Amino acid sequence: MHRILSREALAPDVVRFWVDAPPIARKRRPGQFVIVRLGEGGERIPLTIADADPKRGAIALVVQGVGKTTRDLNAMEPGDAIQDVAGPLGLPTKIEPGQRVCCVGGGIGTAVVLPIARAVREAGGHVVSILGARTRDLIILEDDVRAVSHTCVVTTDDGSYGQKGLVTDALREAIAKAPEPFHEVVAIGPLPMMRAVCELTRPLGLRTIVSLNPVMVDGTGMCGGCRVTVGGEQKFVCVDGPEFDGHQVDFGELMARLTAYKEQEAVACARHPVAGPFTPAW
Amino acid sequence: MRSASGGGAVHARVVRSMAKKITQKTKTPMPCVDPAVRSRAFVEVASGYTEEMAVAEANRCILCKNRPCIAGCPVEIDIPKFIQKVAEGDFEGAFQTLTEKNVLPAICGRVCPQEDQCEKLCTLGVKFEPVAIGRLERFVADRAAAFGSQSDSGTSPQPTGHKVAVVGSGPAGLTVAADLAKMGHSVTIFEALHEAGGVLMYGIPEFRLPKEIVQREIHGLERIGVELKVNHVIGRTFTVDDLFEELGYEAVFIGTGAGLPHFPKIPGVNLIGVYSANEYLTRSNLMKAYKFPETDTPIVHGRRVAVIGGGNTAMDAVRTALRLGAEHAYLVYRRTEHEMPARLEEIEHAKEEGVEISFLAAPVGILGDDRKRVCAMRCIRMELGEPDASGRRSPVPQPGSEFEIDVDVVVFAVGQGANPLIRSTTPDLHVNKWGNICADAATGATEKKGVFAGGDIVTGGATVISAMGAGRRAARAIDVYLRNPLPDGV
Ligand SMILES: Cc1cc2nc3c(=O)[nH]c(=O)nc-3n(C[C@H](O)[C@H](O)[C@H](O)COP(=O)(O)OP(=O)(O)OC[C@H]3O[C@@H](n4cnc5c(N)ncnc54)[C@H](O)[C@@H]3O)c2cc1C
Ligand SMILES: Cc1cc2nc3c(=O)[nH]c(=O)nc-3n(C[C@H](O)[C@H](O)[C@H](O)COP(=O)(O)OP(=O)(O)OC[C@H]3O[C@@H](n4cnc5c(N)ncnc54)[C@H](O)[C@@H]3O)c2cc1C
Ligand code: SF4
Ligand code: SF4
Ligand code: FES
Repeated sequence: MHRILSREALAPDVVRFWVDAPPIARKRRPGQFVIVRLGEGGERIPLTIADADPKRGAIALVVQGVGKTTRDLNAMEPGDAIQDVAGPLGLPTKIEPGQRVCCVGGGIGTAVVLPIARAVREAGGHVVSILGARTRDLIILEDDVRAVSHTCVVTTDDGSYGQKGLVTDALREAIAKAPEPFHEVVAIGPLPMMRAVCELTRPLGLRTIVSLNPVMVDGTGMCGGCRVTVGGEQKFVCVDGPEFDGHQVDFGELMARLTAYKEQEAVACARHPVAGPFTPAW
Repeated sequence: MRSASGGGAVHARVVRSMAKKITQKTKTPMPCVDPAVRSRAFVEVASGYTEEMAVAEANRCILCKNRPCIAGCPVEIDIPKFIQKVAEGDFEGAFQTLTEKNVLPAICGRVCPQEDQCEKLCTLGVKFEPVAIGRLERFVADRAAAFGSQSDSGTSPQPTGHKVAVVGSGPAGLTVAADLAKMGHSVTIFEALHEAGGVLMYGIPEFRLPKEIVQREIHGLERIGVELKVNHVIGRTFTVDDLFEELGYEAVFIGTGAGLPHFPKIPGVNLIGVYSANEYLTRSNLMKAYKFPETDTPIVHGRRVAVIGGGNTAMDAVRTALRLGAEHAYLVYRRTEHEMPARLEEIEHAKEEGVEISFLAAPVGILGDDRKRVCAMRCIRMELGEPDASGRRSPVPQPGSEFEIDVDVVVFAVGQGANPLIRSTTPDLHVNKWGNICADAATGATEKKGVFAGGDIVTGGATVISAMGAGRRAARAIDVYLRNPLPDGV
């Protein structure tokens, strides 16, 4: 049992929790995730460890309510308990000291980018961040990201906040303006966004790391449900990832695989007390 | 029953010698749920012997002098002794005899490949059908459970103060934990999933091994003081070295199984509706996807499902497909029935339930529709050629023999490798070229001090009983190791 210590709404349908999980808080490194099961009969879902406080023995999860399980979770309150939290899973982000990195976060992807940006900064690197969302309300964790970035640009599709446009527009500018070339770009967000970033950086030969979000079950390499094709080879995201060289990823295949349970998800969603329109994941 | 035999040994022998003359040639049939009913439900297929059936079957045993059956049992159960007690109606005594050697009799009686083990060597089998040893074992264990008997009814052992960590809660881990706890050591099992039991929980389906039985055995362990920590992924939550240095364990047993699924290198394996048997069975068994939407985990329900393989895993997957509502459940195997590694009983049950088997065929590609969902599978016919390294005749593809079948779900049950999590985080652990941990066959000792291993992680995919045997041998060796901190040759 893992007690929820605090709950804070960051945006409509997006909540940050601090959850009691001492061994995981001590062990986790940026880029890793946990598998969570709320209770009996529940699904096992992966969530990135957005932050950790080893002293308090707690980890932070930032959750976007997109379906049954994430909405059930977002309806939980401090004092409630999550039955199962397993981790930290996946390989930590490879962070080399003193690198110039452009961190691009789209929507909930910002929660995944934040610990990486912080780690780059702590390793003496230079961090340029770009945060994007459809509209002002959906920009999350801006202050946290600003605090670890040398430069931070915000974009919204509708121009309601920051620069009007897509993150790729801001990235193009950032690359052009950079006094010294970036060592790499870390782009995390919806698949179409990650793919667009990769299309932009590929011709420039600029290394681009993405974090993939396939459907998972065990998270330990046992089921193969999370398989993706990277550089023509089969990889299991839960043990070989979740981060990969974006220029090698077969995004089309992953997008298709994410629709595997569309009909069932709609059924499960309809059973949720606060059923809303079905929205795709980050 | 008891009054019929009078309980006396002399009298029993008389009864027995009379029984010898009227030996039934065939096994007492196992009562089973009607195939038409069970193939659509997850109820247990075989319902078990009644006392009368068990006594009748036990009386078929001729108590031969050299007792060849025992050598066929990897944990060396005293088979004639327990069977004789059944014949005498001393079911409690039979249970004690079983549990001297086997901590999971209700499970082994159900899932052991008896035809390759104990029953293979049974003298009766030379002329007739062998004694149904597995069914009797199951009967005795189930009856004991129903009457609340416990194998550990003896006095609790003197605590030794030694701490042992067991990684993985499959049959190997459960056995090593039980044995060490009975020796007085303090034992903690670390399991990656949210439920203990390994393949017994996530792989073998309810209709063949009710989960209640596995849970019963696990509660038994907790009752004798074994601590169970689920959701602990060793290599991640703690490394093997952390178990020693941070948590103070003096020995570690690794029983993490063969859990890495293989997919063939053919086009279409990443289409929607293609599963590894592990994923298909885990969704159905562990996550109870067959109860969706009452439970939250979904599964693709195929109308026409093809399962590739010929082992127990393949049989379980194809029979699960039927129970999930498939109109056609095909099994595609590249050799013939003769070479199938699955238990005989499962093959028979599958046929009764309407599984359509295609021998001497293998997939060469999977075809998808415009939504990237499976719509058909291309296969090629095989012929058997020369025997390969395993001694089985190897299949040779026949050029020009390709054919297509319409399917919407494909499940691969074509073997599994070793999960890399532990070896990649424990640099001084030796593994072979397949990634299996190198461990001494007699003791389970590895090259790394204080680390022992056994079960599928050492042997590659094998059987429940062989994993238990490895656990038992390792427990003895760990006990010696703990009592002699500076052993030679352990
Ligand atoms: C490594 C990793 C890290 C992630 N980190 C976060 C995070 O920090 N915050 C966050 O809000 N979300 C994160 N996700 C996505 C999150 O796991 C899914 O949104 C969640 O599983 C949806 O479950 P649901 O029942 O609420 O929705 P459903 O109705 O089941 O599904 C909605 C969407 O989620 C996808 N999905 C469904 N089941 C799974 C599953 N078991 N695993 C992965 N995706 C699934 C579906 O393809 C669908 O697009 C992460 C995913 C991965 C793989
Ligand atoms: C579908 C199926 C059907 C089968 N049918 C039969 C049958 O009828 N008869 C028979 O005799 N055999 C059968 N087998 C084979 C038999 O189940 C195995 O040989 C046996 O379970 C191996 O036992 P084990 O203890 O080595 O490992 P497993 O049972 O595989 O258990 C290993 C456990 O370790 C856990 N684990 C793995 N990595 C870690 C980690 N890093 N940290 C913590 N925990 C970890 C796993 O989650 C798992 O619970 C079948 C196998 C399958 C898959
Ligand atoms: S444990 Fe298995 S091999 Fe041994 S007697 Fe029982 S069924 Fe036979
Ligand atoms: S070999 Fe068969 S007949 Fe002989 S003792 Fe064993 S079970 Fe009985
Ligand atoms: S989630 Fe099962 S192998 Fe990755």
